[in-house]
Amino acid sequence: MIERNDDFEARRGHLKSMSDQELKAYFLELSEKLVDPLLDLAYKHTSKSIERSILLRMGFSSIECKAIVDMINEKNLLSKGAGQCVYLVSKNKGISIHEAGMLLQNSDEFDYLMEHFKVYE
Amino acid sequence: MNKIKPNEKLDIRNILKDLDKYVPKKRPWVWRDISPQTIGEFTYQQASPGIKNFVPLPSARGLGNIDPQPDAVITTEIASGRFEDDIRRMRMAAYHGADHIMVIRTAGQSHFDGLLEGTPQGIGGIPVTRKQLRAQRKALDIIEEEVGRPINYHSYVSGVAGPEIAVLFTEEGVSGAHQDPQYNVLYRNINAIRSYVDAAESKMIMAYAGMAQIDGAHNANATARDAWKVMPELLVQHIINSKFSEKCGIEKHNICLSTVPPAASPTPDLKLNLPYAVALREFLSDYKMRAQMNTKYMDSSTREATVTHVLNLLISRLTSADIQSTITPDEGRNVPWHIYNIEALDTAKQAMIGMDDLLSMVSLREDGYLQEKKREIQERSILMMEEIIEMGGYFNAVEAGMFVDSGEYPQRNGDGISRDINGGVGAGTVVKRDEDYMAPVTAHYGYNNMAQYGEQYVKDPSSLIGGCTFEHPEMVKFIDELDDTDNVYLRMDKTEKYRTGKILKPEVEWLGDGTVVVDLFFPTDIRTAEAAAIETGKKMNLVKVEVIHKEVLHPSEGTRIQIKGTFDFDIDVEKLVLPEIIKSHSMDDVINYVKDNPIKVVAGTAGNDEHSVGIREVLDIKHGGIEKYGIKYEYLGTSVPIEKFVDAAIETKSNVIMMSTIISHDDIHYKAMLKLHNYAVEKGVRDQLILITGGTQVTPEIARKNKMDQGFGRGTKGIHIASFIIDKHKEIMNK
Repeated sequence: MIERNDDFEARRGHLKSMSDQELKAYFLELSEKLVDPLLDLAYKHTSKSIERSILLRMGFSSIECKAIVDMINEKNLLSKGAGQCVYLVSKNKGISIHEAGMLLQNSDEFDYLMEHFKVYE
Repeated sequence: MNKIKPNEKLDIRNILKDLDKYVPKKRPWVWRDISPQTIGEFTYQQASPGIKNFVPLPSARGLGNIDPQPDAVITTEIASGRFEDDIRRMRMAAYHGADHIMVIRTAGQSHFDGLLEGTPQGIGGIPVTRKQLRAQRKALDIIEEEVGRPINYHSYVSGVAGPEIAVLFTEEGVSGAHQDPQYNVLYRNINAIRSYVDAAESKMIMAYAGMAQIDGAHNANATARDAWKVMPELLVQHIINSKFSEKCGIEKHNICLSTVPPAASPTPDLKLNLPYAVALREFLSDYKMRAQMNTKYMDSSTREATVTHVLNLLISRLTSADIQSTITPDEGRNVPWHIYNIEALDTAKQAMIGMDDLLSMVSLREDGYLQEKKREIQERSILMMEEIIEMGGYFNAVEAGMFVDSGEYPQRNGDGISRDINGGVGAGTVVKRDEDYMAPVTAHYGYNNMAQYGEQYVKDPSSLIGGCTFEHPEMVKFIDELDDTDNVYLRMDKTEKYRTGKILKPEVEWLGDGTVVVDLFFPTDIRTAEAAAIETGKKMNLVKVEVIHKEVLHPSEGTRIQIKGTFDFDIDVEKLVLPEIIKSHSMDDVINYVKDNPIKVVAGTAGNDEHSVGIREVLDIKHGGIEKYGIKYEYLGTSVPIEKFVDAAIETKSNVIMMSTIISHDDIHYKAMLKLHNYAVEKGVRDQLILITGGTQVTPEIARKNKMDQGFGRGTKGIHIASFIIDKHKEIMNK
């Protein structure tokens, strides 16, 4: 930021007359304005770490999570959710969640997923 | 099944056994049960129930070994690089009052994209892994049983693998964690967008686990050029993370602000720190205060750090602290050592108990400087938030370098930390969720189209796959070791002989590290003293000698130097001559003997010694002194001339002289002992008299060497002296 001197007195005019209570309420109100866009961003996005954390919860080891998510990311399917990819393969083939994950880790079953999501490379 | 006795060591190998089968309990954060406590004649208001096994403060020796526990949860940070050695320190810490044990991660873990596994050695912390967490949590289960109070186990949910770590922590029974995306952005240069997207997921998971969250704002005052100028920004950082966390679902009572008094003496500490502490607690009253101690102005003096920290504790007592964290006084010079974790815990306990109920006697002024300054800090923080919003929001402000500028807002010096919104570690790795995005797990934040599979899954996503690890811990996959060249078993094999209890070596952090400190004074200038100190260490057979602290007492008259070095010898326990244990008879035996054989004592403190607390304790009935057993005594007072002891014994027909000598300067206590003996000989009464000395520097060996019948040192009780007196009396009578 550009250097500037302390102009606190000039800036504080509109705060001066507020009571302590009003000041606090205003502080909290501003904080909502600051964080709401951040929450919205998080609501609509995901990341490899989030997707790995989902696979962890689905019972994969950290090493498996990494390999599966890397593969799904490579195929541009992270936006569908790694958990969903695994789930769909397991349902489609009638196998366990873990077995489905192992197939994806080996780069198998992506044709099925592409077809299912109607995405093409 | 987890019972362990205080005189038994924790068996680390046993803790490491069957870890794959150990299922940690759910571990939501636990606060202390705050309630007034009456212990003996004292009632403590800001207190919590006592613990079952403990080591009280040293002075408690004169107060019936009471160990009152304050109201706040007390934190200690332990992470030496070897988690197996840290477990022993955790047990020591719990005995000294810690119920929040924080594990620092190894350097670089926050940039590791994923979870680490196994048990490699760390640098400046430990690699946090499932196995390490499980071993330490299993050990803490045993330790908390032993002290009779739950222990909160804590580490860090930050870096580029935050959500995975949050899942790991939930599965492994971690009760608290640092989580603050601002830390990632400002101090770890992790991409801001990635940090906030990940943070929401991490926080939602932490909320599910009931973990307490600590933010990262304290780093701003550790980083800023003039820590006290960053105060307005600290309010902003605290509220950003707290509000964000609240909206991710963390209960307000689990959102803790990591607040440090930013300044330290020789600034006018309280004048700077107190208005800030009040401003913060007023604006963020919805949340909990984790009061941390100042690290910014720490140097190598452990004494100075301790004073700073006690002033920090005063701020805690003048305002509030729900968690009182401790910083070890050696943190300014090395990764904390065992003894300093304990010192810091004792400092917190001693100061908090000492300042119990302070605000029932003094209050903070509601006018004048304190209120004006508080208001000013608050207004400055609001102005900063207004400008951030004007700039287009948080990310733009970070990019512009709004944060950690050395000017007190609104002053800007143009030296803030600036982060490119599209830069940093993990930039460009965030992906927009599609309309059909789905994740069938519990505690997942954000958009999740479960409805496409059935409305019934919307409320309980993991039911689609029959539940996840949060409902079914048995689904968790345990990885043991990945590296057969760097793991706990190899480290333990190397130090095994020290684990047998037969071989000892001095230690500061790791078993058998051999590190010792020597505190030296040289009557010379600092440069010469430093060189002389190193040479002294070498001549003491220390290796790797390093100066760890120097302090000028006078530019030419003298310098204090502390060195550390490695003492590379083993001590064979079987060859040691242990100090004798003073035997004691039962109370009834002593009372019965004295009834049949009346015994009289003359007692006092010798020469020019005015220290009478110790001797009163072993004399008076009230403290369990010899009077309790029927022994009559004549108290001659303090600074009693040596001759007077003998003359008074003759005059009162006493059998025993008890002479207290606390002052040991110039060996005056030895001289007094010899003088007492010689005068009794001169008067022809030595054979009939029992001569006893006592004092903090007295040992039985020293006393007997100086012609006393017996000597008593620290920790002596009336029963020890009474027992010796009757034995000796019997011996004299038999002659």
